[in-house]
Amino acid sequence: MSSHYEAPIREPLILGEKSYHDISVDVGAPILGKANKSWWICFSIALIAFLWGLGCIVYTVSTGIGVWGLNKTIGWAWDITNFVWWVGIGHAGTLISAVLLLFRQKWRMAINRSAEAMTIFAVVQAGLFPIIHMGRPWLAYWVVPIPNQFGSLWVNFNSPLLWDVFAISTYLSVSLVFWWTGLLPDFAMIRDRTKSPFQQKIYGILSFGWSGRAKDWQRFEEVSLVLAGLATPLVLSVHTIVSFDFATSVVPGWHSTIFPPYFVAGAIFSGFAMVQTLLLVMRKVVNLENYITIVHIEFMNKVILLTGGIVTVAYLTEYFIGWYSGVPYENYTYLSFGAATGPYWWAFWALIICNLIVPLTLWVKKWRRNILWTFIVALVINIGMWFERFDIIVICLSKDRLASTWTMFSPTFVDIGVFVGTIGFFFVLFLLYARTFPVIAQAEVKSILKSSGERYKRIRESGEDLAGTATDERTSNYAARPESLASASNADATYHQSTVNADALVDTETKKAEIDLMLAKIGKYDPATQTADDLKKISGVGPVLEQKLHQLGIYTYDQVSKMTKTEYDLLDEIIDAFPGRAERDDWAGQAQNLKQ
Amino acid sequence: MASGNVLHVLYNDDDILMKAVKELRSKHYRIIEVYTPFPVHGLDKAMGLPYTRIAICSFIYGLIGLSVATLMMNFIMIEDWPRNIGGKPSFSYLQNMPAFVPIMFELTVFFAAHLMVITFYMRSKIWPFKKAENPDVRTTDDHFLIEVDAANHDLDELSKFLYDTGATEISLIHNEEHA
Repeated sequence: MSSHYEAPIREPLILGEKSYHDISVDVGAPILGKANKSWWICFSIALIAFLWGLGCIVYTVSTGIGVWGLNKTIGWAWDITNFVWWVGIGHAGTLISAVLLLFRQKWRMAINRSAEAMTIFAVVQAGLFPIIHMGRPWLAYWVVPIPNQFGSLWVNFNSPLLWDVFAISTYLSVSLVFWWTGLLPDFAMIRDRTKSPFQQKIYGILSFGWSGRAKDWQRFEEVSLVLAGLATPLVLSVHTIVSFDFATSVVPGWHSTIFPPYFVAGAIFSGFAMVQTLLLVMRKVVNLENYITIVHIEFMNKVILLTGGIVTVAYLTEYFIGWYSGVPYENYTYLSFGAATGPYWWAFWALIICNLIVPLTLWVKKWRRNILWTFIVALVINIGMWFERFDIIVICLSKDRLASTWTMFSPTFVDIGVFVGTIGFFFVLFLLYARTFPVIAQAEVKSILKSSGERYKRIRESGEDLAGTATDERTSNYAARPESLASASNADATYHQSTVNADALVDTETKKAEIDLMLAKIGKYDPATQTADDLKKISGVGPVLEQKLHQLGIYTYDQVSKMTKTEYDLLDEIIDAFPGRAERDDWAGQAQNLKQ
Repeated sequence: MASGNVLHVLYNDDDILMKAVKELRSKHYRIIEVYTPFPVHGLDKAMGLPYTRIAICSFIYGLIGLSVATLMMNFIMIEDWPRNIGGKPSFSYLQNMPAFVPIMFELTVFFAAHLMVITFYMRSKIWPFKKAENPDVRTTDDHFLIEVDAANHDLDELSKFLYDTGATEISLIHNEEHA
């Protein structure tokens, strides 16, 4: 089929002999099976970290944010660092699902579900920090535009902090809706596959009663496309607005027009690093190596290289402009000679090494296709991007325009606890997700299976038609089919072998009798005790012919091995496209060999 | 429809399904519905479904969002409680607009996205606690089901035709609702 054409030079995105049914089985397995020990260990650790963080949050809120290490000079430190870090991480998901959809990148389909989940969970963590930082989070509703008598005053629409409120809540809610809409067909698959009535009920509710009508799919695809078109500028706007929090101020190092594009590139950079970190582990734990392949990993590494390159250019520009301006304050910004040699030299060099130098190794093809090295680089970038935000916020604030206020920042155990707690919370959510949600957008992956699956690429290149190749023995139970539709008028149908469903092929009673005679000779296939063999292994039998043979009740090598010229002639008579060379190709002999 | 008979015809391959839909249409059989486990590209055209207008809805919702943002900020910042913020007085909406652009954009996206998705859910009749209506559970796995209107057709002839198109299973449904 030309509609499934893909250039042979493209590497397959789905490895192995996968059919549509295999995808359902593989994606459903982690949900329908039991959690293993390593899952419980990870979950317990994450839960403990989360509870510790929760304790620190309760302590902060009940005592006041004085328990943090902030001082008069450095009024923003770990809290806002963590906020920006988490928001940045939350950019990869929508980038993968929206921007790559607009670019028609098929490789996004195996990873978009988890990347979007990661986005939502990361934005939840990010949102916690400004709310805690308010000190009195029960007044958080003051950030929404409510009339003066309910709060202090109308909110200030000139303030980037308020833009943030709108940007992040729009981003979170639109991402959630985008994610959930894509989940509906996959929840429906789980609902229809599970045998547990409880799961049927739960996934029935979660799937919103998705039935997969042609019109639903047409709308589904249109909605996905429009949401992608809306989410693309949205994802760019979110980190742009976060960067405005800094860029519209007058603090040296913050007051910079380069910030919006530089922040967006940095966000994608850190987001992809986090996607790599999570997926490299997940593909192993839930056995999805055939779907999240080395090709996917390499593509993501290329995005990391590109965005890392943009970030590098931004660093160098900042450093150069700071020096070239000749303004003395600029020598104390986070990218300056003063920062590199000052009291925060370690934070400066952590940034340079983690974000600028280590990712350069990905230019080597062998290394960016190495899973262990990719994992290490991803972790290093995660650390480096945390330091980038720490440097921007703390180094710039620590040496502001008034030299007498210069000071250092040191975090308290509460600062650290809240941060560790959000990491714990993030992993609690992600681990729960990995056990209960279809972690791969299986409906979308099925739609590219015939163009990008390894097996189908092979079939297509051998010149065969793809039509009929999706048949899967485990679901196509011909034997269970009623003999004839008009069985009321065709009562003697039961006389014929029940594994024969040859109504399409056989029109006369004589032929039906002949088939019965043949099956009596070569043996009848019993689906209850026998398993069907792959008849396509016999040279000369393609998928279409195999289906026809199945309709005649021929399923096993054993049956074929007992065939003689009489049977070949009968098949020739019944099946139109029968090659007529079964005798010359010696099917019986081939089947005899395959049997062993 | 005299008899109200409906055939549920199962296929296990999307290419065969597409061919079958085209053949059914060329023979002027009426396809009531097609259930598929994933979006089969071109199926809507082959079935003769009209284009969806949901993108147009989204555009209109976006305009509504933009208007809401404009009216809200004009009322709050210019009319109800004008403030002098950082030496930038609030004389007119147009003069202060650059500061309002981010929120005008965000609300446009907010309205366009959410109202479109709600429209989609309402039009396709999907919402929590809705019961699924796919006739065979395999249609979310790897099977494709065509609902063919069998009223006033000879069942044996039609089923033979359908098996010739590559159907793997056919079942007859006496559906009172369709009668």
